Amino acid sequence: MGRAMAVLTKISSSPVIDRIGLRKPLEKALTSSVKNGFKAVGASERVFTATKKLSKPQRLPRPADPELFDLEPTEEQQMIVETVREFAAEQLRPAAHDADAKLETPDGLLARAAELGIGAFGIPEELGGFGTERSVVTNVLVAEALAHGDLGLAVAVLAPSAVSTVLTQWGDADQQATYLPSFTGDQPPVAALALQERGALFDPRKPKARAKRTPSGYELTGVKALVPRAADGELFVVSADLEGRGGALFVVEASTTGVSVKPDPAMGLRGAATGLLELDAVKLPANALIGGGDPKVLQETVRLSRLAWCALAAGTGRAVLDYVIPYVNERKAFGEPISHRQGVAFMVSDIAIELESLRLVTLRAASRAERGKPYAREVALARKLAADKGMWIGSAGVQLLGGHGYVKEHPVERWYRDLRAAGLMEGAVLA
Amino acid sequence: MTINLEVPKKIAPLVNQAHQAAAEVFRPISRKYDRAEHAYPKELDTFAAVLDGMNQSGFGGGAGAAGVRRSGGDKKKPEGNVNGANLRTVLGTIEMCWGDVALLLSMPRQGLGNAAIASVANDEQLERFGNMWAAMAITEPSFGSDSAAVSTTAVLDGDEYVLNGEKIFVTAGDRADAVVVWATLDKSKGRAAIKSFVVEKTRPGITVERLEHKLGIKASDTAVIRLDNCRVPKENLLGSPEIDTKKGFAGVMETFDNTRPLVAAMAVGLARAALEETARILDEAGIEIDYDAPANTQHAAAAEYLRLEADFEAACLLTLQAAWMADNRKPNSVQASMSKAKAGRSVVDITLKCVELCGALGYSEDSLLEKWSRDSKILDIFEGTQQIQQLIIARRLLGKSSAELK
Repeated sequence: MGRAMAVLTKISSSPVIDRIGLRKPLEKALTSSVKNGFKAVGASERVFTATKKLSKPQRLPRPADPELFDLEPTEEQQMIVETVREFAAEQLRPAAHDADAKLETPDGLLARAAELGIGAFGIPEELGGFGTERSVVTNVLVAEALAHGDLGLAVAVLAPSAVSTVLTQWGDADQQATYLPSFTGDQPPVAALALQERGALFDPRKPKARAKRTPSGYELTGVKALVPRAADGELFVVSADLEGRGGALFVVEASTTGVSVKPDPAMGLRGAATGLLELDAVKLPANALIGGGDPKVLQETVRLSRLAWCALAAGTGRAVLDYVIPYVNERKAFGEPISHRQGVAFMVSDIAIELESLRLVTLRAASRAERGKPYAREVALARKLAADKGMWIGSAGVQLLGGHGYVKEHPVERWYRDLRAAGLMEGAVLA
Repeated sequence: MTINLEVPKKIAPLVNQAHQAAAEVFRPISRKYDRAEHAYPKELDTFAAVLDGMNQSGFGGGAGAAGVRRSGGDKKKPEGNVNGANLRTVLGTIEMCWGDVALLLSMPRQGLGNAAIASVANDEQLERFGNMWAAMAITEPSFGSDSAAVSTTAVLDGDEYVLNGEKIFVTAGDRADAVVVWATLDKSKGRAAIKSFVVEKTRPGITVERLEHKLGIKASDTAVIRLDNCRVPKENLLGSPEIDTKKGFAGVMETFDNTRPLVAAMAVGLARAALEETARILDEAGIEIDYDAPANTQHAAAAEYLRLEADFEAACLLTLQAAWMADNRKPNSVQASMSKAKAGRSVVDITLKCVELCGALGYSEDSLLEKWSRDSKILDIFEGTQQIQQLIIARRLLGKSSAELK
């Protein structure tokens, strides 16, 4: 530290940095590195209270069982996807570059997503939403369409829905009445599903974060990583090991004593402003526990979350394919478009093949999940493809643009960084 | 209209029957005919009769190539979602090839020639040839993938065509009753002049020169066929006799949209066989595959297995997609090629990796794994190699002609 300070002093005394206009950025960088500790979550004024009582929790029913093999989405799904695609093209793609550079979700993006009803269609009508059934396939299609715009911003947009979906699926009447109505308004809370932790070979079924019982409820201690918009967070659903009995989910309001955050900028997902969430002996009431602490709830949450990441990878993979096709057709080398070479053309074919593969395996997992069929295997396979082939697509995208793919003038380098997340992320989004 | 990628209930009995047949008829004789290359698998005759009965009893094209007929006189787009002959056929093929690919290729009356007849024959021809066992003869000694380079000639002489040339790699060429031969009416007119002809084996001038000795699929005979002034009635030409340079090659190539998913299905069935056997052997070795644990937290063999199984799943769904699109009369050239490319390369990777995972047992003739990893290689070659599929897909995606993207 001492030596670093010495070097910095030398640099800052040099007149050169004033001449080239580096003084301000340098000072800013230094300030943020000094403030590097955890701090309490931003000033959320929101108070979560139940405005009406529910006699029993509201669940969304499953869609009807189809009889035939079919790859055609329902008319309603087609309509939703078309709207979301447009939203992604108009609101996400143009904002993606700056959001990535600034590590922040653009002002008002969530409100505009709320106008579109992205949060409300997964919430039962009794709680102010307009969800009529629980369709995992629809959620997958929506995530895919959003990620075609930008993966990081798609995570920011979808993060609150992960929390509301957990509560719709497994929350009790009290939890639902307290939290869900706020998700259907035009200013939905900044909320995040925090499962991820640091450490190699992390298994989300076995969180290191610990929950112990207290006379009044629970006490949570641990650190969660890559939590979307943690700094502005108002509400978290957090996984923790419940006294050695396996992982359980807890509702944690950001304003609770002992909750603090710190920026966790990463390789990608930067538009989602990821942060570390620290829980230091956070005291929670007894009704913070979701689904009675049944480890199956966490298990299910992990599967559905991986599924959503597969859908995001498919959406961004499609963005790569759509971007490289015109590029390799227009870019000339040795007197003709580079797409006239098999070495280039076959790479485009392989992107298309592996993308379609990832998409179909993801859809099968989703359609099984929404019908209540076993789907652990299908999710695992989709996840494997997202990790291997999804990343390969990102890499091939940069490769096809060559040096131009490596600079920020083109989005492929961002997609490369974002696609790395899809194979390792747990939580944050949910199908 | 709602996304569902499960095998529909109404096809389940057919899948079940095909699986029984594969387990009870193919598997017990699988190794026997791998060792006795060129011996005729006589067990299949009885079975073929049963299969004919199955096909006539309304199951329609459950396990062979005859089920891929598209037009059937009714060219109207079907109402609503159809799970028809194409889907049934790929599902049946997957099951049969779980049993043995080479034996399926040797099934009487289920040759690729039958698929060609089923896809493009008119009703009169279907009547005459429908019950024959038809092989397919495209490749010649001087070309493989470049099927426009056909040099076998067909010259109209009165009411007959006179065929001359040599065809190689004719699957079931010795055992079949007839051979569908690709020949050119006029070499100077290029692709448009290439037509296919049904040549019955009883006609003078068609001879089987020899049978190949191969790496795998040994139960299936691969013949060299010579046509020496072989005369066929002009009604044996499949499709239109006109040389339409605008339409070009499209007519004969159409067959591939139906047959490529079939070859992909063969790869899917074979891959599943290898994966199931490997899972069993790994289980005996105490390796468990946990679908909920991250792959990297598991035994390296389990993580590798997950990777292979993911490729298998992808190949399978791509194949079902291509067949479903054919059933619903959606243009499926790209998807057919995707299924073939993915299934072809995956089955080779999967079967070879399964041998590696199972070590000396996998490599020994005491298990079928080594046989499967020899059988699999042809599936990435015939009906269009991996590279040809990639060309087709790339040309379509990039909007390039075959002159631009060679």
